[in-house]
Amino acid sequence: MIDKSLLERHNLTEDEYRLIVELIGKEPNLTELGIFSVMWSEHCGYKSSRVHLKRLPTEGPRVVQGPGENAGVLDIGGGQVVVFKIESHNHPSYIEPYQGAATGVGGILRDIFTMGARPVAVMDSLRFGPPDDAKNRSVMEGVVSGISGYGNAFGVPTVGGEIYFDPCYNLNPLVNVFCLGLADKDKVFYAKAEGAGNKVLYVGAKTGRDGIHGATMASAEFGKDTEHKRPNVQVGDPFKEKLLLEACLEVMDRGLIVGIQDMGAAGLTCSTTEMAAKGGMGVVIDLDKVPQRESGMTPYEILLSESQERMLLVAEPGRVAEVQAVFAKWDLDAPVIGEVVEGGRARMSFKGEVVVDIPVDAVVNLCPAYDRPIAAPAPPPPAPPLEDLPLPADLGEAFLRVLSSPTVADKEWVFRQYDHMVQVNTALLPGADAALLRIKGSKRALAMTLDGNGLYTRLDPRTGARIAVAEACRNLACVGARPIGVTNCLNFGNPEKPEVMGQFEQAVTGISEACRIFGIPVTGGNVSFYNDTEGLSIHPTPVLGVVGLMEDIGMAATPGFKAAGDAVVLVGESFAELGGTEYLRTVHGLEAGAPPAMDLETEKRHQEFVIEAIEAGLVRSAHDLSEGGLAVALAECAFHSPRRLGCEVALDGPLRADALLFGESQSRVLLSCRKKDAARLLALAASRGVPARAVGRVGGADLAVASDGREVLRVPVETAYRAWKDALPAYFKVRT
Amino acid sequence: MKFGVVQFPGSNCDHDTFHVLSEVMKRPTVWLWHKDHDLRGVDCVVLPGGFSYGDYLRSGAIARFSPLMQEVKAFARRGGRVLGICNGFQILLELGLLPGAMLRNKDLKFLCQHVHVRIENDKTDFTRAGRKGQVLRIPIAHFDGNYYAPPRVLREIERRRQVVFRYCDANGRVTDAANVNGSLNAIAGIRNEAGNVLGLMPHPERASERILGSLDGRTVFASLIASLERARPARRAAAPRRKARHDR
Repeated sequence: MIDKSLLERHNLTEDEYRLIVELIGKEPNLTELGIFSVMWSEHCGYKSSRVHLKRLPTEGPRVVQGPGENAGVLDIGGGQVVVFKIESHNHPSYIEPYQGAATGVGGILRDIFTMGARPVAVMDSLRFGPPDDAKNRSVMEGVVSGISGYGNAFGVPTVGGEIYFDPCYNLNPLVNVFCLGLADKDKVFYAKAEGAGNKVLYVGAKTGRDGIHGATMASAEFGKDTEHKRPNVQVGDPFKEKLLLEACLEVMDRGLIVGIQDMGAAGLTCSTTEMAAKGGMGVVIDLDKVPQRESGMTPYEILLSESQERMLLVAEPGRVAEVQAVFAKWDLDAPVIGEVVEGGRARMSFKGEVVVDIPVDAVVNLCPAYDRPIAAPAPPPPAPPLEDLPLPADLGEAFLRVLSSPTVADKEWVFRQYDHMVQVNTALLPGADAALLRIKGSKRALAMTLDGNGLYTRLDPRTGARIAVAEACRNLACVGARPIGVTNCLNFGNPEKPEVMGQFEQAVTGISEACRIFGIPVTGGNVSFYNDTEGLSIHPTPVLGVVGLMEDIGMAATPGFKAAGDAVVLVGESFAELGGTEYLRTVHGLEAGAPPAMDLETEKRHQEFVIEAIEAGLVRSAHDLSEGGLAVALAECAFHSPRRLGCEVALDGPLRADALLFGESQSRVLLSCRKKDAARLLALAASRGVPARAVGRVGGADLAVASDGREVLRVPVETAYRAWKDALPAYFKVRT
Repeated sequence: MKFGVVQFPGSNCDHDTFHVLSEVMKRPTVWLWHKDHDLRGVDCVVLPGGFSYGDYLRSGAIARFSPLMQEVKAFARRGGRVLGICNGFQILLELGLLPGAMLRNKDLKFLCQHVHVRIENDKTDFTRAGRKGQVLRIPIAHFDGNYYAPPRVLREIERRRQVVFRYCDANGRVTDAANVNGSLNAIAGIRNEAGNVLGLMPHPERASERILGSLDGRTVFASLIASLERARPARRAAAPRRKARHDR
């Protein structure tokens, strides 16, 4: 019955099949094969990535739970923990942007509250093709509406994120969703089925045929009728999820259950076998008791469905009635569908017949890991030497073009569609360097940010990955927060291509090196391979979500200039680094060159200084330099200033004007301070071995930069502001 | 005096509103459950923002049928104070305690942002701590906040000075640009004829703490507290204010 083509459709190799037979001591039936196919998929089994991910640092004094659970858990003191993770929902978001993105949000929310934490913040890292293309716009509108529709209704604030545009994402947008929850340290729950005789309860939405594994077979093998094949993208119901959240938190808070797991990828299969494996137990499930949305579902379909808003609970028999009463209060059913048993086997029956009988350990823990062949990534297309690159005749015009490039332009059009204030903790609005949430009942705050420049990583995977970590930490430093942990979402092409594995291997090396220098553990994350469509691979795009802590929220710094006459201080050194810059891409049409260099020790020293200066009360504004370099950073400081104050800046040195204005040298931060504090600020920098110079003053209606006594840029703030502000909405104006 | 915050399935500003009333304004506050018939002796019922019953069918359309809302309706008819914020406002419209209806925002997008609203009438229980013409900076967060009423109704509510808040710019000018959701007459909040029921789209609970960037939302709560405490001095004496807790 099981032949080569059946295996192919299940994405299993013949070697893997032989291993399955050996592990379970029999030929699997179709349902069992389906279970292995999803649990041993790249998505669930991390087959290609595991050998590399082992190199990431995962330990630290705050770590309560590292990788391997639904989300990472860090101790933040005061009896509280943060629970956070990032997940990708790339492919579904291209096929059906609204539901793909919406269920991406729904999935990560469940990962967080299944651990007993109330989700308090969401951020999204999005990548699209350029918005001048109608298809890209429609994907982007759908994704943004989907995130908005789900997150807003659920009641979690979407507090930040990032969006980049590049043609490599035309057919393969990236939708990475980060979520962070807060919980009491002694109330964290795990996905463990313990105690023989305990009951397994199914809660939430009914199971339908939506989202059945892509490897689902043609109907001939399933039923006699030719059942219409449904799309593989699931449909989200944020209202149901909200009820599920409240009910789950209530049963956890009251200590009514012993374990809980959400049904995400691989649905009922994954949740039952994982819980049993983690508890060192077995499980018996009666599939007839699983609430079903449609009739005639086969065991294969019931087990592989990825219907949303479902959870699995384990409770002691004496507690079942109480659990059901809580769910009834929230208008949800909580039927018992099975039992925890000794013996380490998953046994499932359907209409009186045993349809699954396999050892859970084989399914969950014995998925093979591959050390796939690696080839050195192709060197980046060389950028022309600077002297061969024409200097734009009008740098002001070049500046406006960079400011209005969709990647740099203002993203308010996007984030105002997200409720970013619900739960009344949002201390900094989206657009600041990092999101900042107060922790109610204390002076402390949580900071968080997402970062990942795919072009840098494409040009040099290791450096690009180091920069992603460093920039995320720099964003936190600019607010005044210290990083405490990180989650990553690694978006790459097909791992069977040695070059893609080469990119992956180097990116993991870069992340690992940077996390060690910053002393931040990686507490989990997600790998998304096979981001290739029609032969086009995306840029390797690792996205880093870094979480930080701030002791006194009253000291938080913001990017906007505060008062005319304040001194502008540039921290860090500027080099002739134009490779991979937004300027090179936008003005010269080149994605080329080596990305800026990243010295991690220097970076860390600069960040420490910035935090120290903020804590000392010497800083009135802080903003990091990233895409678009010094010119864009100055402009953003002006745009975020309540009265849109301009600035006059003068630098000296050998840099050509475009490299000075738009170079993206790392480890740089723009500070402003009261004039009287400038000397103290510079002295502090000097004592910490950090290069910092007073380069100008805040004030006036222009953004003006001089180099070696010659003015190289003067643009009215309002002109620059309109270019930056209007660029993105202009693509979405209703065309009549 | 005592506030009651209603919880519908899908309410999501319920905890925020409860937090501001109890921790910031420091007044006794209790939960009211949508399936109950008990208003628990509260002096003011607050319908918080969110997506009651998922806002399926139409914003607020299902919530109006909940058991508790029948009590709220009777309470309002007896003169009890009722404040509806965002989804709460939509529910009050559906319930018929306030005139008019909500359409989708004019740009057909959800909008979350700080807006300015002007106090049009400072002789109400919800605005007496402010003054006419005063501009408040308070966030909105809604998809269906485009206020509509038939011309005759609109004329009536204007004539009876039922418009309490209007969208405006930072200088108090009512402009098309400032009227972000396209509401008729730039209406952001209205009261009923008797003056004991207010619905508004902006979220005053999101503008009641310095750390969140604005304190202007407190005007609404402070006004309510002032009018309730003046109305029931005996009760206030009987229920001393709670001991102040740490407040950020």
